[in-house]
Amino acid sequence: MNKLFQWFDARLPLSSFWNAHLSGYYVPKNFNFWYFFGSLALTVFVIQIVSGIWLTMNYKPSAAEAFASVEYIMRDVEWGWLIRYMHSTGASAFFIVIYLHMLRGLMYGSYKNPRELIWIFGMLIYVVLMAEAFMGYLLPWGQMSYWGAQVIISLFGAIPFVGPDLALWIRGDYVVGDATLNRFFALHVIALPLILLFLIGGHVMALHEVGSNNPEGIDIKKHKDANGKPLDGVAFHPYYTIKDLVGVVVFLFFFAIVVFYMPEMGGYFLEKPNFIPANPLLTPEHIAPVWYFTPFYAILRAVPDKFLGVMAMGGAIFVLFLLPWLDRNPVRSIRYRSPLFKGLLAMFVISFVVLGWLGMQPVTPLLTFMAQFFTILYFGYFVALWWMSKNEKTLPVPERITR
Amino acid sequence: MNAVKYAYGMCFVLLGVLLSPVQASGGKVEGLVKAEIDLGDNASLQRGAQLFVDRCLSCHSANLMRYNRIGQDLGLSDAEVKARLIRGADVKIGSTMQSTMPAALANTAFGVVPPDLSLTARSRGADWLYSYLRAFYVDPARPLGVNNLVFKDVGMPNVFWREQGEQVLTKGAHGEAVLSLVKPGSMSPAEFDGMIGDLVGFMSYMAEPAVLQRKSLGLWVLGFLAVLLVLVFLLKQDYWRDIKK
Amino acid sequence: MSEQTVASPGAMNGAPESGVDLRRRRFLTGAATVVGGAGVAAAMVPFLSYWQPSAKTRAAGAPIEVDIGKLAEGQMMTVEWRGMPIYVLRRTTSTVAELAALDGGLRDPASTVDQQPKYAQNAYRSRTPEVFVAVGICTHLGCAPTFRPDVAPADLGAEWKGGFFCPCHGSRFDLAGRVFKNVPAPTNLLVPPYTFLTETRLLIGDDAEAQA
Repeated sequence: MNKLFQWFDARLPLSSFWNAHLSGYYVPKNFNFWYFFGSLALTVFVIQIVSGIWLTMNYKPSAAEAFASVEYIMRDVEWGWLIRYMHSTGASAFFIVIYLHMLRGLMYGSYKNPRELIWIFGMLIYVVLMAEAFMGYLLPWGQMSYWGAQVIISLFGAIPFVGPDLALWIRGDYVVGDATLNRFFALHVIALPLILLFLIGGHVMALHEVGSNNPEGIDIKKHKDANGKPLDGVAFHPYYTIKDLVGVVVFLFFFAIVVFYMPEMGGYFLEKPNFIPANPLLTPEHIAPVWYFTPFYAILRAVPDKFLGVMAMGGAIFVLFLLPWLDRNPVRSIRYRSPLFKGLLAMFVISFVVLGWLGMQPVTPLLTFMAQFFTILYFGYFVALWWMSKNEKTLPVPERITR
Repeated sequence: MNAVKYAYGMCFVLLGVLLSPVQASGGKVEGLVKAEIDLGDNASLQRGAQLFVDRCLSCHSANLMRYNRIGQDLGLSDAEVKARLIRGADVKIGSTMQSTMPAALANTAFGVVPPDLSLTARSRGADWLYSYLRAFYVDPARPLGVNNLVFKDVGMPNVFWREQGEQVLTKGAHGEAVLSLVKPGSMSPAEFDGMIGDLVGFMSYMAEPAVLQRKSLGLWVLGFLAVLLVLVFLLKQDYWRDIKK
Repeated sequence: MSEQTVASPGAMNGAPESGVDLRRRRFLTGAATVVGGAGVAAAMVPFLSYWQPSAKTRAAGAPIEVDIGKLAEGQMMTVEWRGMPIYVLRRTTSTVAELAALDGGLRDPASTVDQQPKYAQNAYRSRTPEVFVAVGICTHLGCAPTFRPDVAPADLGAEWKGGFFCPCHGSRFDLAGRVFKNVPAPTNLLVPPYTFLTETRLLIGDDAEAQA
């Protein structure tokens, strides 16, 4: 066995990879709760890939058969219901994990020099994931699938000059139809997952090049022992592989509760109208995107102009890409930043959550006013951050990790 | 520091409050009654299956539900399913539940093709079905002489009029719509509600046949994960004792 | 799920202190690996079972009824059951009588290999001497053998007394589906479970009622 391993190791970088990225990769020793979500995102990614491959074995990507084929999986295929619920729950779980992962980055300044590129890769993953989720949501071909896709694709029609032609090109039909379903299937099952895989690779490679940030925002490479190992670091393996494993099991526990006891999550994960086959002649009374898109949907609806609304929605995502350069304060962790920053970040998080709720509600004048108010707060965070971070009064950052 | 923690705590509380009436917007209809159903009650599900076959299947289909699956899940042998639930000599045990009425005939009789009921309990919800089936009232203006408080101007007749009796629409103390029984049926209101509960229970099961299996399997999975969690947690604690604080 | 853990990761500032109980650590690692491994194995069950025939497939593969009232002597009909061709042949009395004479040239004349239900393990491999039922799939590599009742045709030689000939690789079977020697097919044609509902109605795919 050992000889076989040596034969391979002489021809493949096995042990050097193991050393560089696991047993000899040093990570700050003070990771807290918020640092579980990176490995959890990877866990959900694996769940989605495996369950997704299995679903394609019985799913039929055609307008005539799609809805029935999903119910076929739910009823006639052995264990099909379990695999389908894993996939549908995994979609929402992915966004829960990613949003918490991103909030961690905002709190501890993980996007700052020298980790700007990690943040950019992460944002790209987030954008591709949204496209992946959106296209996947069309596949069950229920009423929500259909009308959600119809509305979102129509947004492209708001772009001046090329808009209508662009929307037509995306659909391949005058309305969302068989051609749209078929191409979304191709993108959902192979093209976007491949892109995600490469982006995740880039995200992790960039991370391992500069090393992880930590809740103190301290650079652990400044203080090393005689062997050149960071004094405040521990080897990723076994210490963090085992710690992350605890996180994974806890995550799976909650995941299983949803899969086995509340797969519809009261209509948030699987929406009621999606149990009616798509009907191009009849719109459901109230349509709302799935919960993870609703903050941006609320921003879209808050702006009383089609084109500007689309721009605001796109801008709400794009502005996050600029974060490493908008935040001009070199202090990373929220622990050593000013009360004003803490207040601003809290305001941003509250705005995001409230916008998410507003995006699910039917339109009323009061709710539209609220959406406008919180849209301003959302964007206000970035403006205020740029303005206040230049001369922010921060606390002294310690040299070493002491807590 | 603490102020920040409170702020984040508040965010989660807020998120919890927003999600708390775990009921997504849309499809929420005022005045629905909570359906009295129990998916753990096999006898009730069996009665519901019988009612569905006797009362619904003459006009509606359940294209996605196989007869033998009902038998497997509700503890009936193939012979029992054939004797009690299957109408028509040429209907196979593995067939799906098809209406005996041709769609064209139904269209002329009711002005609409009766919808397939396989998934109605999921698309409308059990509470809606339960409320709807109890909400028919006399309305001479309608072609069939009845209307429905939950589904206005519905094309369907009240198939349970013998059991329920006749209801009429009146105004309550605050001007709200109230249904009152003017002519009792063969069942008391409590018996009638129990029967509708059986039927809605079966339709909930039919909308997701895996529901019985997933709830019983879930406990094992959660129990297993709890054991695994204890082990990996102890292992993690053991390794992390190496790290000097 | 749980990885093989290296007990001593060597150079690291948190290296195992002298006080570490390595036996406890090994036990916990082993226990977590065993329990986690059992979990992975259990989680594989749904994914493997997913490939089993679905309820729809099984419903479509239910037993079929065949009316053989119009099947004349010497004629064969082909019906489909579970997607497979099923040959139903009404042999003449003289054909049945001649079967025994072929035994010397056959690989398994007494049907000792389990290729038929108990009630068809006899000289003519069927419930009644005349009506022969078999799965029309060659036991060599799965082609459908052709029905060749003609005696001594030019292409099959003077010895041919009528039977099944597989065009793919030249396997030969007699009119009881028994394989000849010196052909690639290893066993006799498969006889499916079947029963007579009446004199002229066959139920193919189910024999439970006959056994009861």
